[in-house]
Amino acid sequence: MTALEVQGLDKSFGGLRVTAAVDLAVAPGERHLIIGPNGAGKTTLFNLITGELKPDRGSVRLFERDITRVPSRRRAHLGLARTYQIITLFPGETLMHNIVLSLLGLSRLRWSPVLRLDHQTALLDGARAALARVGLDHLADRPLAQTAYGERRRIEIAMALAQNPKVLLLDEPFAGLSIDERRDVQQLLAAIPRDVTIVMIEHDMDVALDFAERITVLHFGEVVVEGTRAEVVAHPRTREIYLGE
Amino acid sequence: MRRLALAFGLLVLATLPFWVGNSYYTNIASQILLYAVFALGLNVLVGYAGLVSLGHAGLFGIAAYTGALLINSGAGHLLAILGALGVTLLAAAAFAMLSLRGTGLGFVMITVALGQIVWGVAYRWISITNGDNGVSIATRPAPFGLTLATAPGFYWASLVVFLVSLGAIAVFAASPFGISLRGTRDQPRRMNALGYHVWMIRFLAFLFSGLWSGVAGMLFLYYNQFVSPQSVALTSSAEVLLMVIAGGTGTLLGPFAGAALVVIMKNVASAYIERWNFVLGAIFVAIVIFMPEGLVPGSLRFWRWTLTRLRPRRPAAVAAPVRAPLPNREGGA
Amino acid sequence: MNISLLLAANSIAFGGLLFLLSAGFSLIFGLMRIPNLTHGSLFMLGAYFGVSLIALGLGFWPAAIVAAFGVAVFGGLVERLLLRRLPGAELAQVLVTLGLSFMIADFSLMWWGGDPISIDTPRALRGATFVAGLGFPTYRIAVIVIAVIVAAALWALLDWTRLGAMIRAGVDDPEMARIVGIRVSRLFTIVFSLGAGLAGFAGVIGGPILSVYPGLDQDMLPLALVVVILGGSGSLIGSFIGSFVVAFLYNFGQAMLPELAYVVLFLPMLVVLVVRPEGLFGRAAP
Repeated sequence: MTALEVQGLDKSFGGLRVTAAVDLAVAPGERHLIIGPNGAGKTTLFNLITGELKPDRGSVRLFERDITRVPSRRRAHLGLARTYQIITLFPGETLMHNIVLSLLGLSRLRWSPVLRLDHQTALLDGARAALARVGLDHLADRPLAQTAYGERRRIEIAMALAQNPKVLLLDEPFAGLSIDERRDVQQLLAAIPRDVTIVMIEHDMDVALDFAERITVLHFGEVVVEGTRAEVVAHPRTREIYLGE
Repeated sequence: MRRLALAFGLLVLATLPFWVGNSYYTNIASQILLYAVFALGLNVLVGYAGLVSLGHAGLFGIAAYTGALLINSGAGHLLAILGALGVTLLAAAAFAMLSLRGTGLGFVMITVALGQIVWGVAYRWISITNGDNGVSIATRPAPFGLTLATAPGFYWASLVVFLVSLGAIAVFAASPFGISLRGTRDQPRRMNALGYHVWMIRFLAFLFSGLWSGVAGMLFLYYNQFVSPQSVALTSSAEVLLMVIAGGTGTLLGPFAGAALVVIMKNVASAYIERWNFVLGAIFVAIVIFMPEGLVPGSLRFWRWTLTRLRPRRPAAVAAPVRAPLPNREGGA
Repeated sequence: MNISLLLAANSIAFGGLLFLLSAGFSLIFGLMRIPNLTHGSLFMLGAYFGVSLIALGLGFWPAAIVAAFGVAVFGGLVERLLLRRLPGAELAQVLVTLGLSFMIADFSLMWWGGDPISIDTPRALRGATFVAGLGFPTYRIAVIVIAVIVAAALWALLDWTRLGAMIRAGVDDPEMARIVGIRVSRLFTIVFSLGAGLAGFAGVIGGPILSVYPGLDQDMLPLALVVVILGGSGSLIGSFIGSFVVAFLYNFGQAMLPELAYVVLFLPMLVVLVVRPEGLFGRAAP
């Protein structure tokens, strides 16, 4: 059984075919990397998987269940979580508040107009624990505006991890980070247990290759190379794409 | 400390008719309270949901007209109030389903169209609404035998309603639903990905907002014992929006301050300045351009700025508030 | 039957007037992406300017031109001094135009008083012209002719001049226009002025038909709004056809369903907004 499977996924905007008959199969617990030059359609693929975009053709399966027609908000409840390439946090709020929102999304509590959110100890404890996982619980009450970029990247990941996902989609988690910050995130990712399947989009080859077990290379919306790390790295087309044709 | 201030404020408000002396001022206070309820309700949408509506006078007016028509056809006050609020909720649901098809500016324009349709019916469907002549009602209600016919009597009734609305909205704002509503204002895309039903959250918020507009509409009806198309016009929607923006959308008391400002200016200003609408427009423009976060936070910011200028060695201890309450890009994803 | 014909004829003339009003609104909306809620007030202001200029001794046509120019200058100042302070904040800009409309309306009430003022039809165009045995007021035919001339002039401007090309580029894709080097902010001022001037001109032209009175702005703005929403923003043809559609809806609606006159007007607008929100104001809600 695959954790995440995409078959024949197709998406066009006007005349532009952004995703072209893409197949993807990720085994449970696998660390899968998606690479490709700018404009290859990597983030679009993520958006199709999460349901933000509707595909023109093809299917998406989560643990064998067809979720192609499931609205994106329900996919979170089925165990799918993602981070964004551009940091998409809640400005003007504290770190705790941000993570609490993440936890609240999956809780029935979110519909209550009468309870006091800051009295929900179970939720708050869970949020603190989620922050601790990324080493930021000491900043729990810090407003987001007063955190560094590297810390925000980790909060992005914490938001997704707080959802206790089965499949985690990371969109360029290392973007814009310094060498130290990169190491922090690498350690963070390495510590994620194997009951979480991870699919990552990344540009930075050094960091990403370390992480990846299997790799899919996208170019102009199509899958051009796919296989284990060793296979892909050695493949002539990979070199072509990255060093020019 | 805050509790003390709140208790003191409550005491001041409760005893207002006594220390204000004049029934003219008591009536102004009643007006402030009823518009404060209206503004608080609108703020649920504008401040918490990030959805600006220029059609809320439509809901306000639907409540007032429904109430008036029910009373004039013989219904008792309780039935009239419940009927009016029920119809207003239905209207709010319809408004919400239509306007939520758009985001940001699209949302605004749909609310404008809806408000104008309601106004058009009030103005032209003379057989029902009496057109420009408006509808009058003969009496105010007398709950538990207490009369609302006097200025203090009506004031206390308005105060009770205002406090109830303030309490309800405060609870709402601190609740998980209220907080997720603010989440949809700031990052609707992420909220969706986190598992929230963004449309439904907005829809329910619209209903809640509409409910309080309806309550305010009934208060208005009882205060004036009259309702006319003027109450449903675009200028009325703009006025209540001004109250919300002027007072500041980020706080609970902001709409109250905004309502006080506009009502006092309208009543006092018209004694000295002939043209209230000119002033209204000018204040609107000035606030939107120079103090978009609202008069209350903006004045505080200005006050802090002057303080730091006067004492150049002291660093500003508190960071300036985030300047983004008016959704300037499209409010949705 | 005669009444329908008369109504139809009046609708065509009114449509011409609406086009003069809405063309500017459409350009502003298309380029700056804001519904200019001051537009009705600019129409009214132009009419009032016309009244004063005529009272000072100017002829009808010179007064129309000067009034148009005056309103255009005013519009330019509004854009330059107020709207330009809120770049990209479309909602805030719309609120500013709303506030301005209140200010202009009240100012007009102060300056020109509360009574309706009529503008005399220019002498040469008084009386009726007979077409196929039926008499139509000559002036109304003139309004139609003027509308067509202005439409042609605008079309020439947009299609044959550099300014027009820049406007079209800005309407299609403002980001790209900026990148290509078009001074979009200066374009905004020019287009806002042009739109305002057209509205002011329309106000004077409409004077002999509608008169000028407090509330004229509130009567005209919704019409411009509906025309542009039905006809598409930034589209000259859309405004042209839309103007006549709305004029017919308005006149026949008032005549046949007086109780639902405004509903008849705003319902199509609502329908378009609800069915196609992306087309006009950006993306639909998630």
